[in-house]
Order: sequence, then C-alpha cells, then structure tokens
Amino acid sequence: MSTSSRPDVVHRRGKDTVKSWPLADRIAYYACWAVGIGLCLVAASLILFMLNKGLQYVSLDLIFSNPAVGSDQSQTGGFLAPLLGTFILTLLGTIIAIPLGVGTAVWIVEYGRPARLARAVESGIEVVAGTPSIVLGIFGLLLFSNGIFAFMSFRALGGAVGGRSFLTAGVMMSFIALPLIFTSTREALQQVPAQVREASYALGKTKWSTIRKVLIPTARPGILTGTALGMGRIAGDTAIVVILLGATMQIEKVGSAPLVSTLRGSGSTLTSYVYNNSPAGEGNAPQKAYAAAFVLLLLVLALNFGIDLLSRRTKKEIV
Amino acid sequence: MNSPTPLPPIKRIDPSRAPKVVDPRHDSLGAADAIAAAVAPGSSERVERMRIDDLSIAYGTKPAVRNVTLPVREGEVLALIGPSGCGKTTLLRSLNRLTELTDTAVATGSITLDGQNIHALEATDLRRRVSMVFQQPNPFPMSIFENVAYAIREQAARRPSKSTLAPLVREALEDAGLWDEVGDNLDHPALRLSGGQQQRLCIARALASKPDVLLMDEPCSALDPKSTEIIEELITRLREKVAIVIVTHNLQQAHRVGDNVAFMYLGELVEYGTVDQVFNAPRAERTQDYVGGVFG
Repeated sequence: MSTSSRPDVVHRRGKDTVKSWPLADRIAYYACWAVGIGLCLVAASLILFMLNKGLQYVSLDLIFSNPAVGSDQSQTGGFLAPLLGTFILTLLGTIIAIPLGVGTAVWIVEYGRPARLARAVESGIEVVAGTPSIVLGIFGLLLFSNGIFAFMSFRALGGAVGGRSFLTAGVMMSFIALPLIFTSTREALQQVPAQVREASYALGKTKWSTIRKVLIPTARPGILTGTALGMGRIAGDTAIVVILLGATMQIEKVGSAPLVSTLRGSGSTLTSYVYNNSPAGEGNAPQKAYAAAFVLLLLVLALNFGIDLLSRRTKKEIV
Repeated sequence: MNSPTPLPPIKRIDPSRAPKVVDPRHDSLGAADAIAAAVAPGSSERVERMRIDDLSIAYGTKPAVRNVTLPVREGEVLALIGPSGCGKTTLLRSLNRLTELTDTAVATGSITLDGQNIHALEATDLRRRVSMVFQQPNPFPMSIFENVAYAIREQAARRPSKSTLAPLVREALEDAGLWDEVGDNLDHPALRLSGGQQQRLCIARALASKPDVLLMDEPCSALDPKSTEIIEELITRLREKVAIVIVTHNLQQAHRVGDNVAFMYLGELVEYGTVDQVFNAPRAERTQDYVGGVFG
C-alpha cells in the first residue's frame, strides 16, 4: 500500500487550545467552569453543614419519641409524629397525583383532541406548576372549609368546618407533584416512536390496550423520575403544611375509624417541625430543628437515589 | 417609452435527451387488456383470499393509489415493486386498514377478505387475520416472550396464562426460525436482539395470531445481507401456510421470493403477472424500462 498519493494529514495538535479562542469565548468558558464548581461547592457545604449539625444533635431517642409540651428542652420530646406526618402526606399526595398526572399526559399525547382543549389543559398545568405553594394552601383552606367537604376534616361545635387535615393538605400537595409527573410522563410518551404504536395497532390491538400494555410500561422510567421529583417537593413543602395540616405537633385523630381518623385529623411534618423549632418559630430549639432538618435531607436524598436506581432497573428490563 | 428588450432565445430540449413519458394506460404494447385479464377473478387455480377492486387512495387531494385491482391468493407471494412514492406501501397498509390511522387518507373502491368487505369487519379482527411486518424492526420494549404473547392475548388481558401461551409462543418463534436462537432466553429484552433477530421476532409476532395474510413492508431494507438471506428463506417457507404480500424496492428480492409481481408507477398498476413473465417478457413498456436494470 502506498501512502504517497494521499494528501498529508496534518494534526494541528495544541493549536485549538482554549488560549487560541477569542476573549469572549474564553471568558464564557471559564465562567461555566466557575458556575459548575460553585454549584458543587454549595451542594457540598449544604450537606457537610447539615451532617455536622445533624450528627451532633440527632439521636434515636429524638426520632422515636413524640413531641410533648414542656417548659424545658429536655421535656419536649422528639419528632416521631412529624416524621410519620411527612410519610403520610407524601404518600397521600403522590397517590392522588400519579393517576391524574399520568392520565392527563396520556390524554394529551395519545388523544389531544380537540386541540384547543389540549392546549388549555397544558397551560392550566403550567399555571398550577407556577403557583406558589402558600397560594395553593390558602386556596385549599378556603375550598375545604365548605360544608360539603366536612367529611375530609372536622366540624367544630358551632358547625364550622375546619378544613385542615392530612386529606385536605394531601389534595393540595398533589398539585405540587402533578406538574412534575405530568411533564416527565408526557416527555417519556413523546419519545416512544410512532412505529411502536403502529406495531401494536397492526396486531389488532385497540388504542386502550396499546396504552396500557405498551406505552405506559415503556414510559415507566419517566413516570418514576417525575414521581420522585414530586415526592421530594411534597416532603419539602412547608407552606401547605402550616396552613392546611393544622400544625398540631402530635397527630390528632378525628373520629374513630382506623386510618380514616388519622387522615381526617391534623398533625405536623418534619418541615413544620423544623420551622417551629428554629429560632424563627415558637419553640426556639435550634438543636432539634437541625436534627429534624438533617433527617429530612437524608430522606429526600435517599428517595431520589432509590427512584433513580429503580428507574434504571426498569430501563434495563425493557432495553 | 423604451423599446422592448429582446427576449432571450428559447432553449430547445434535444429530443434524444428528453425524459421518456409513457402513459401506462395507452402504451404501445397494448398491455392493459392482458393485465386486466391477469388480475380478473378466476385467472388462477389457487384460492383467492383477498381481492383489491378498483381501489383509489388519496392523502387529502394528493392521490397515492389509483384504480388498482389485484388478487391475493393462498400459497403465493405477491411482490409489489415500483419506485419510491409509487403508492405500494399505501396499498399494502390499506389491506389491514392501517391507512385509517392517517386522518387525511380517503379511499374508494373495495377490498375483500374471503369475499367479505374488510370494512364490515372490526379493525381489530381484520388486523389479526391480516397481520403486518414493518420496514424497521419494531419490537416492543418487553421480553421476547411478552412480545409474542401480547399478540395472542385478548386486548390488554392477562389471560390466558403463561403456561397456556408457552406452546403458542414457541410455535410462532419456530415458524419465524428464531426458536433455536432465543428459546433459552425468552425473558431477555427484545431490544437486545440483533436487527435481523428483531425482524424475525416481529415476523413471529405477526404469525402468532395465525393470520390468513401476512403483509411485509420492505422487511429487509434495514438489515444486513446475511439476515436478508435468512428472512427470504423464511418467506419462501412461510408461503405454504399464509398468503404473503411483500413490498420491496429490491428487484432481485422480488425475483427471488415472489411468485407474482405487481409493478406500480405513480399510483397505478402497470404490470401484473408471474415472476418470470414480468421480468423476462414484460408487457408494458414502463415495466421493460424499470426491470431492464435487473439483468441488463
């Protein structure tokens, strides 16, 4: 083989270094680096700070005892009830949001007719996504204080409806998770190639069984990601808890039916516990606030990690 | 007033270089009558499963298929050939009413399956009896087993159970010549198979519902030569069980696997006949030009 006829290949190694770029490019390049490293530093310092403070104050005792009334910090107990409250509320909000979010996304992507209604629904969800949670909270309070919603919370002696309970807070919380679940499901569905749908129709399948058996399983990793993001947002939200959950430290049941009494009752979550115990709140017990915040952070991180793992595993099953 | 500028001289096309335009309906060989006789019912001893009668399909105002009449017979492979955009895929997709998925498609004329108009059938039933393999292998993102089982199950139902389905799935995979390669790994994701295996899985899936007619839309165009060979052998074997209609760009392929060949051009049926007749003694001039490239 002769190489003489070929034009010489010149590797201009070292020529295209950052130094040879125009000044504006170089500035932008280093700015990107700075921002990236800066974000890492913020995340690292947040976790290290919480680790430091948290590990200092957190104890099994604190996690497994309920808040109590006392004049001394040593008597006011731990945050078992708020921890449970976070679990209940997150679960409740997610359970309501998943069918709504997934259903709406399926409708938009697979049906989407009339087009005007589809557009309206999409902008409606954008509005919900952009609504500050305190507005959702106050709106929920207004809504659920109506007589017809008495079954969701409690009725005071005078006949006024409280409107505050795990149920009412859970419903409003679902609106926080809904846009996230909707968006990621919609994107996952849009990524399913048209030929996969066609293949299903060509096998004599109806649209509905195509959606159930092919499209939703294919979109599952996306649905899971959206759900994880939504759960994280619910677990971290404070405004709706303070307004709609009643902010009683203990879980106060309403009625005597098992489960339902808890759901109709009021309580607290880790976020409201942190708020109340921080120097800004009434308790003024920063150590407990730090400990609870630490546990909350761990929970949300573990949640993200777990769902990431799960969606990766589902992806592996199908691809 | 200025004097008018002189017009540029008119360029005349050299007649020897002018594109050859032949209206297939009035071509010099008088082929139309011969072809009409060939597509007429009763022109073959074999049982006719589907009949396309004077079918025209348009997307909006743009016609794709014009007045095509064709028989689909049992035990035969019908190869549809023709240049891109000649309407062969549209014709194929109309046979199991997949054209209905396109909102703008309008069809006139009739298609029958065993004498019954396909529009009198439920689309879902029709598509189980007239199943389809696409150009791109498109297995579902599920296991190999589930890909085939999905085709057999009644809509989204879980039943029949896995143990009832297993022999049927095995049969379909054997028919598609894939069992020996995947029989031990039925739980593997279908998307991890090679392109050729994926296409045979799609064939297995299409065969699972025991169809009367199998439609294939350029099933090898995305595959390597070795996989193409395997699938062509498969088609030759399958024709005993099921009537096959295959669309292909590849004239050699039409020659290898086809029993009858229909040549389409600009939405019209230009030529129809047995493979030997179409390739060796084409009746229409347009066909001569087109298939001339094969052996010439």
